[in-house]
Amino acid sequence: MSKLEISDLSARVEDKQLLNGVSLTVNGGEIHALMGPNGAGKSTLGYVLMGHPNYQVTGGSVKLDGVELVGKYPEERARAGLFLAFQNPVAVQGVKLSTFLRTAYNQVHPNEKMTIQEFYDKMKLHMKKVGLDESFISRSVNDGFSGGERKRFEILQMVILRPKIVILDEIDSGLDVDALKMVAEEIKEYYNQEVGFLIITHYQRILKDIEPQFVHILIDGKIAMEGDNSISLKIEEEGYDWIRGV
Amino acid sequence: MDVDFKKDEELEKLLRDLKDVKQSDYEFHDNIKPVYSTGKGLTRETVEEISAIKKEPDWMRRLRLKALEVFQSKPVPTWGPDLSGIDWENTSYYNRPDERRTNDWNDVPDQIKETFQKLGIPEIEQKYLAGSVAQYDSEGVYHNLRKVWEDKGVVFMDLDSAIQNYPDLVKDYYCKAVPVSDNKFAALNGAVWSGGSFLYVPKGVQIDMPLQTYFRMNGEATGQFEHTIVVADEGSKVHYIEGCTAPRYDKDSLHSAIVEIYVKKNAKARYTSVQNWSKSVYNMPTKRAWVDENAQMEWVGGSLGSKVTMLYPSSYLRGPHASASNLNIALAGAGTFKDTGAKALHFAPYTSSRIVAKSISIEDGKAIYRGLLRVNKGATHAKSKVQCDALLINDTSSSLTFPHDEIYEPSATFSHEASVGKIGTEELTYLRSRGLSEDEASSMIVLGFLDDVMKEIPMEFAVEMNRLVKLEMSRYGAVG
Repeated sequence: MSKLEISDLSARVEDKQLLNGVSLTVNGGEIHALMGPNGAGKSTLGYVLMGHPNYQVTGGSVKLDGVELVGKYPEERARAGLFLAFQNPVAVQGVKLSTFLRTAYNQVHPNEKMTIQEFYDKMKLHMKKVGLDESFISRSVNDGFSGGERKRFEILQMVILRPKIVILDEIDSGLDVDALKMVAEEIKEYYNQEVGFLIITHYQRILKDIEPQFVHILIDGKIAMEGDNSISLKIEEEGYDWIRGV
Repeated sequence: MDVDFKKDEELEKLLRDLKDVKQSDYEFHDNIKPVYSTGKGLTRETVEEISAIKKEPDWMRRLRLKALEVFQSKPVPTWGPDLSGIDWENTSYYNRPDERRTNDWNDVPDQIKETFQKLGIPEIEQKYLAGSVAQYDSEGVYHNLRKVWEDKGVVFMDLDSAIQNYPDLVKDYYCKAVPVSDNKFAALNGAVWSGGSFLYVPKGVQIDMPLQTYFRMNGEATGQFEHTIVVADEGSKVHYIEGCTAPRYDKDSLHSAIVEIYVKKNAKARYTSVQNWSKSVYNMPTKRAWVDENAQMEWVGGSLGSKVTMLYPSSYLRGPHASASNLNIALAGAGTFKDTGAKALHFAPYTSSRIVAKSISIEDGKAIYRGLLRVNKGATHAKSKVQCDALLINDTSSSLTFPHDEIYEPSATFSHEASVGKIGTEELTYLRSRGLSEDEASSMIVLGFLDDVMKEIPMEFAVEMNRLVKLEMSRYGAVG
């Protein structure tokens, strides 16, 4: 069983301190929701966990299955089994979706020999499940994709790359109701394989489809409250102000 | 979709085959003493000597001497890259590797054959080509054309052999599109040229496989001055490819070629060159096409190596509805200077041209786009589109664009687009977060940047280019 342990993590961008000692543990087979108002540092936490070079860790540690990730390159974290579905995935002009995904797959699973035919079959199967047309195979990565298509592609990457711990950053934004259902189904199917999830979200919407066992509220770069899913329901009704008052 | 998948499969296979090849595999040099050399320096005697060795007709000897006068009278151009490093006195202008010339690889001298084998030339010929010529230093050492095309009247051999075998045919085209008075380097070529290819495709003959010439320069401080002529007669179709490499030396070498392409009425010609000279080579070729009525000319160029390159393939659109396209990739690695571009000259109505130039600058590499678009009065409804994109890899990399337009026809339409970009942290991080190393991610972004040109070139050359770009990228390591 995998384990992501975040201990007393602090980080900044340039001179701006954004995380002030965050501690949180995600085990395989658990779903955690990270909620919080705008600007609380939710996306920052995702970037810091993935090793985005613009963010400097100023203290604390992040361990995946006991191995320290702080100081490691993003690719090393990916190969260790960490995955971040970006809130706003960037377009990479001219890089074919299939080429990118297969290169990534070969890096993350160097010992698995999948023929290109098998790989295509697998890709097509999951594209259907997340609602991406087959023709996207030869499109450039995220180039000209709608917001929803980008999100579907993030989930496609997740199921193909088979990470142990998944961070979903606002995965529901840009998805309409039907699309959200498809994506949620794919996530749940994948969750059943003992994967740990950290779902970053501002709203409670997605948590109706994928119910978390743990909810953490991030305010001003700190965990301000933790508990079960009842917190998210209360936030749905009352917003975040009541937490600040605690 | 199936087609798409097969293409991926073939690409992967080709990449696997090529995976272990390194830049050093191009930069090896052979311990071959030329059987004949004119020695260092250039005088009237040198030119007479070259002509005599080649037992040339007198008209050629006189043309050479005239070219020498032009060469001596013209100053070294100073409007572009610094050329003061060319050591005119200490360059040897003619080096013959061997006496023989053959159409059987088995008869090529062992060491030279090994060189071409290391470069994969005989294998490529067997798989992909309708014919091939191999030149080593100053002379062609091998040429072959599949019999089916020979039977249809196609001529493909080194230019020296063509002058002996088809003097009248050669004379009709030699230095017509590129007169030796064109520039100092064309004049130099006119004086000391040796080797190059002559390709004649008769009326209506359409060759579906490409023909290739491979140029290898081995000597230190030598010059290679080939002259290539391609004639696509009326209604014919041909794709001609050139590849070139050289070992790396401390003393610089000089490559100054002339390429003339004649695309007759309704014919279609494509010229692809992938240049990977080592970083001790000044590469100064003059390339030009005459494009007649309703004919199409396509230039595809990858300028990857060399110390300095100045290259502006030109299309003279001489007949109504003639068209030209020019796709060019220039890679300016550390310490190198690429001054490249294209020229399109519209002389007739309804002519069209399209230029796509992509450059990548790494470290202190400098890439310049220099282009000329000219539409003469009377070239009504001429159309032209120019697009230049530059990608800068490091903060010290640079790129400049000098388009020059001369439009004398009011009904002409033309457009220019230019962009300069850097490899972005966001793109890099995104790809790396999926497990790609920094090198892989950046070369993937670079290849993506080149994709619209790569798509239009034959796959085996796209793969070659792909690999060279990756090599170049990995050599410099970190980007940013």
